[in-house]
Formats: sequence, C-alpha cells, structure tokens
Amino acid sequence: MSILVNLGLGLLFGFGLIVSGMSNPAKVLNFLDLFGTFDPSLAFVMGGAVVVAFIGFRLVLTREKPLMAPRFQLPTRSDIDARLIVGPALFGIGWGLGGFCPGPAFAALGLAAPGTLAFIPAMLAGMWAARALAERRA
Amino acid sequence: MTDFTPVASLVGGALIGLSAVLMMLAEGRIAGISGIASRLFPPYADKAFAGRLAFVAGLVAAPLLYAAVTGAAVVQTVSTNLALMVAAGLLVGFGSVWGSGCTSGHGVCGLSRLSRRSFVATGVFMAVGFATVFVVRHVIGG
Repeated sequence: MSILVNLGLGLLFGFGLIVSGMSNPAKVLNFLDLFGTFDPSLAFVMGGAVVVAFIGFRLVLTREKPLMAPRFQLPTRSDIDARLIVGPALFGIGWGLGGFCPGPAFAALGLAAPGTLAFIPAMLAGMWAARALAERRA
Repeated sequence: MTDFTPVASLVGGALIGLSAVLMMLAEGRIAGISGIASRLFPPYADKAFAGRLAFVAGLVAAPLLYAAVTGAAVVQTVSTNLALMVAAGLLVGFGSVWGSGCTSGHGVCGLSRLSRRSFVATGVFMAVGFATVFVVRHVIGG
C-alpha cells in the first residue's frame, strides 16, 4: 500500500514540476539570470507550492498521527551551523551551472537527454559521498 | 529566452505543494527529494526503502505518463556540455545532502513550516544560484 501511495505522490510531484516548467533547466537558468533573459515564472512555482503547503501542513498537523505511520517525523533542529551554509552554497553553484536540482533532474531522466544522463549519476555519487563523509565525522 | 508562464507555474507549484501535504498526511514525513534519494543508499535507519524507491520511480515516470496522456511534448533544454553537467551533478548531490535539503525540503516544506534553518539554506542557495549564473553568463560568457 505504502509503495502505491509513494508512487502516486512521486507522479503528482513530477506532474507539478512539468506543468510549472521547473523540470526545464533553461527556465530555471533564466529565472536565475536576473540581469539577462530573466523569466520570473519560478517565483510563482515557489509561491504556489508554499501557499498550499503552508495551509495544508497546518491542517494535517492537527491530527494525532499520519494515516500510514505511527507518528509525524518533523525536523527539530534550529541551530545554524557551518554545514547549513557550505551545503546550500555548493548546491547553489551546481544549480546555477546545470539548471537542475534533484527533483527536476529525476523528472527529466525519462527523456534521456545526454546532459541529464551525465548529471544523475554524478548527483547520486555526490549524495552518497556527503552521507559517507557525514557518517565518518559523526 | 523562455516564456513567462505565471498561471501554469502557479498551478504546477500548487501540485508540488499538494504532493508535499499528502506525503505529510500519509507518511508523516517531509517530501524532500535529496533526503528521499540519498536514503536509497545504505546504511538504512528505517524500513522505508521501498516507499522511497517508489516515490523516485513516480518522479521518473511523470514526464512519460504526462506526454502519453496529454499528447503534449515535455520541453526540456539541457546543456550538452557533459563535463559541466557532471560537475553540476556532483555539487548538487553533495551540497543538498551536506546542507540537509534542497529546493523541495528546505525551499517548499521548510519555508512552509517557517523553519529558521530552511530560511537560511534557501537564502544561501538562491543567492549563490543568482551569482553563479551571473558569472557564467555575464562575466565569463559576456
């Protein structure tokens, strides 16, 4: 059951990325190009997603527990450490170079553009390396 | 140039937000793509592997199903500079996990939860993203 639900949620998320234009790196890079061919569309993606999630989370979190799990698992940290600056900075460089963040990259894989096929294994390797390094330091 | 698409982008964004809300309702977890994808690798701290794999499979299947159902081609213009895309992939993968989230986990879910850490992370990757494109297109490329 959980597998089917997750598959459906992944599809819904992916449709959102496609309909919004966020799965197109050209659109992402133009959003980030404030002083060139600026395309403000992605601010609307973010706006639409945040408004729905802001209201939806508040409704959902009035429940005692989720439908398919024993409890809600929410991040509880509030400290600002070096990793919270260094990580997003490296991510931002990669995002600005390729126009892909993780969700849109997966939602582009099926179209098999050579650039996507180069990006995905590298991204997974980077994720694995970050987890391995974090485990060693822990 | 890409067309300014405020309505489609707002609707698509709402679908992304809806997926995140339903993930919270069903599984009680944050729909953060870097967190979901990176936990496909061991060590496994919980038994949610199959669910995570199914979510990623849904993401991957989305453009194919979308094109099949609507008959509309999914337009994506990806750089053909493969060395650049490998470097971008390494940075995005490492950075998103090192910083505990990406555009979805910090940007959508974190901001919606008014998380202080997510405001900082989102501010940093947005600022660095703007700066990177400025350097690539107007300093080096200009």
